[in-house]
Amino acid sequence: MMLQQANQTSAKAAAGADVQANEFLTFRLGAEEYGIEILKVQEIRGWEQPTTIANSPDFIKGVINLRGTIVPIVDLRIKFNLGSAEYNQFTVVIILNVAKRVVGAVVDSVSDVLTLTGEQIRPAPEFGGSLDMKHIVGLGTVDERMLILLDIERLMCSSDMALMDGGTAQ
Amino acid sequence: MSNPTDDSMDMSQFHGVFFDEAAEHLDRMEGLLLEIDITSADTEQLNAIFRAAHSIKGGAATFGFTDVTELTHEMETVFDKVRKGEMALIADLVDVFLASGDTLKALLAHRRGDGEAVPLEEVEALCLRLRAFLASEEEREGGASGTGRGGKARQMIELAFGPLDEGFASKSVDGVIADLADFGKLEEMVEPQDGGPATQRRFRMLTEVSLSDMNDTLGFMVSPDKVKVSLVEEQAQGGEPSATSAGAASEATSVGDEGFGLFVDAATLPANQPVSQPVGVVSGSVTPIKPAAKATQAPAAPSGEAASIRVSVDKVDQLINLVGELVITQAMLAQTASEADPVLYEALFNGLAQLQRNTRDLQESAMSIRMMPMSFVFSRFPRVVRDVAAKLGKDVELQTIGEGTELDKGLIERIIDPLTHLVRNSLDHGLESPEERVAKGKVRKGTITLRASHQGGSIVIEVSDDGRGLHRSKILGKARERGMEVSDDMTDQDVWKLIFEAGFSTADQITDVSGRGVGMDVVRRNIQEMGGRVEIETTADIGTRISIKLPLTLAILDGMSVRVGEEVFIIPLAYISESLQPSPDAMRSLHGNQHVVAVRGDYLPVLSLAQAFNVKADVEQYEKGILVIIESEGAKTALFVDSLVGQNQVVIKSLETNYRKVSGISGATIMGDGRVAMIVDVAYLVGLANSRLDKAA
Repeated sequence: MMLQQANQTSAKAAAGADVQANEFLTFRLGAEEYGIEILKVQEIRGWEQPTTIANSPDFIKGVINLRGTIVPIVDLRIKFNLGSAEYNQFTVVIILNVAKRVVGAVVDSVSDVLTLTGEQIRPAPEFGGSLDMKHIVGLGTVDERMLILLDIERLMCSSDMALMDGGTAQ
Repeated sequence: MSNPTDDSMDMSQFHGVFFDEAAEHLDRMEGLLLEIDITSADTEQLNAIFRAAHSIKGGAATFGFTDVTELTHEMETVFDKVRKGEMALIADLVDVFLASGDTLKALLAHRRGDGEAVPLEEVEALCLRLRAFLASEEEREGGASGTGRGGKARQMIELAFGPLDEGFASKSVDGVIADLADFGKLEEMVEPQDGGPATQRRFRMLTEVSLSDMNDTLGFMVSPDKVKVSLVEEQAQGGEPSATSAGAASEATSVGDEGFGLFVDAATLPANQPVSQPVGVVSGSVTPIKPAAKATQAPAAPSGEAASIRVSVDKVDQLINLVGELVITQAMLAQTASEADPVLYEALFNGLAQLQRNTRDLQESAMSIRMMPMSFVFSRFPRVVRDVAAKLGKDVELQTIGEGTELDKGLIERIIDPLTHLVRNSLDHGLESPEERVAKGKVRKGTITLRASHQGGSIVIEVSDDGRGLHRSKILGKARERGMEVSDDMTDQDVWKLIFEAGFSTADQITDVSGRGVGMDVVRRNIQEMGGRVEIETTADIGTRISIKLPLTLAILDGMSVRVGEEVFIIPLAYISESLQPSPDAMRSLHGNQHVVAVRGDYLPVLSLAQAFNVKADVEQYEKGILVIIESEGAKTALFVDSLVGQNQVVIKSLETNYRKVSGISGATIMGDGRVAMIVDVAYLVGLANSRLDKAA
């Protein structure tokens, strides 16, 4: 718990002070628009029905065969309780490379790739939301749009995603 | 530290080979040293040890690793005497040899670029210890011969020059001989009549100069391949002639030389050649020539090595990956072709059937490359046990069972450290001292057993001892002391697990061997990293058994694919005893919701796979689906599925690479149609079914 708080504060500090100009991939979950660091993205795929895993949380849709690699698929819409979890030809899976693992994330759609400078990124305000605030790096503004910038690596590694061993121990 | 071979780049490409070979030689040497019976050492073993030391020395000298050369040289010198029966093999000598072996390993590791530099003093100290053996041996002989003159022991040395040719004429030999006159009187020996043309000239001299000094001296005058120096007989000054024993010694020497195969034509020297100078031994046989030494057979040059080649693990892994892909491709082809008309495409079907057989064979062969027997791991424990038991003053016997159990090379390498730790722990904490054991009415000698076996699709490695066992109250007390949250009503299993916590040690006293409490947590972490788990069984004063269960992380599986609703699962074929469609009257219900099925007089618990994995099944009634009887660790369970899909070979892919361990599932695989299917963990399902049955009953 101590560690988590420490991480949280350091993340806030980083967001406020020195977030570098970075490229972000933006995607939609329901009505909200999110951004993640583009370097964590391996590829973007269409939806295919994964093989379900027994007794896993509902947001883990199962695993797919990505050219010989078994990749778990997480539906962020179910995880964050945003929008309706429909699967059609527009549903997109973002294949991420985080913590030396390959994970797929289901989102409603992928918008574009944006470069945000330091002053376009504001620290995230403190409020309770469906998304644990510790995974939000900051809020980005582009024209009139607001982007929620996620630390996707920390999110995927966090224990409540139950993606990794040890994360579910407590 | 500068590498002496920096300037010769072309040599460095051979370094790897040398290091590999040296490591093998050292391992073999260590094995032999541990095996050897000091009281009646087998000459063949002694020769093998000598050869190992010699081979390392040769290689090290080539690459200019002087420290390695120096140490192996001393080892070689001492062991040469031992194998010729000139020096008795004593326990201390074995110890020094083992220690030297360790130092050599460290030296080589450093040269290789991993491991720390070995202080030169350590090498020097070992050299000195080895020399001390030689010195004490000489002293002992000198003392025994004790004729009171106090002079140095003399020995008869034979010098053989040749082959003589244009480059090395007989005349130059005369020059050398003249120079050697300072060391002692030389006498030329007549060539045997049937020796052919005089290609060799032989001399014998009685001298105080040692064999190695003589070699060094000659090295300055004649190229080493032109001269052979050998010891004919050691002799105390003023000795009485004793032609027969000299003859015997000479025979032993020459046979030994031949056995090593270094020198040409040693056999041309007749064993009982008349000795032209009085040589002999005073007061009986001072030189201990064992009968065994005479019986030395010329060992064939180790020819077994030619039967294997060195291949880097990367290449093997690449091969295995490719074969894995091939298997998937083959399965895809088979699936696609199955929709075609077998009558029209008969040739295609025949070809595909053959492809399947070939792929399977290829896959089996490729997989077997990476598999290594557990003996690779177990073989290092006699040494560990010997050293630690000696240090602790305990009497311990080590038993190893199941050395033939094969395990993937990657796992083999990673299991060594945790196992070593467990064995040391058993030795230190588990086993009592001999006195304590006797007081308890146990046999004086403690036993540690290492056992490897295949169980339920896993490999189980056990370390058990017949020591004092774990003490519940002691562990709980210690845990409280450490501020851990414990309570008295914890289950035994939970209490035992406490010993895996960091910084936990119940040893009353910290010893050199263990007790600092670092380790058991590392052991558990290492094993978990391999995807395995550790279990402890213990009974006070009876013993402790720690089992490590490792999953098959890299393997091919013959599986039966079964369908439940939309999903396909793979059941490892090895655990299936039969499949059947039950008749309604074979099913019995137990407490309403639990079912058993009567199969040939046995009542087996029925487990619905759909229920266990929480998926929707198409078939609800037992008699319309299929029961697959699975068996694990002696218990049977009937697994209820919708239907059987078929039998196929699957490549196990770990779920844990990108996800985590899922209970009930041992891995995943990719099917012919490219979809992922889960491989069920039979042991888990059988356990689940039986525990449900127990609850219901």
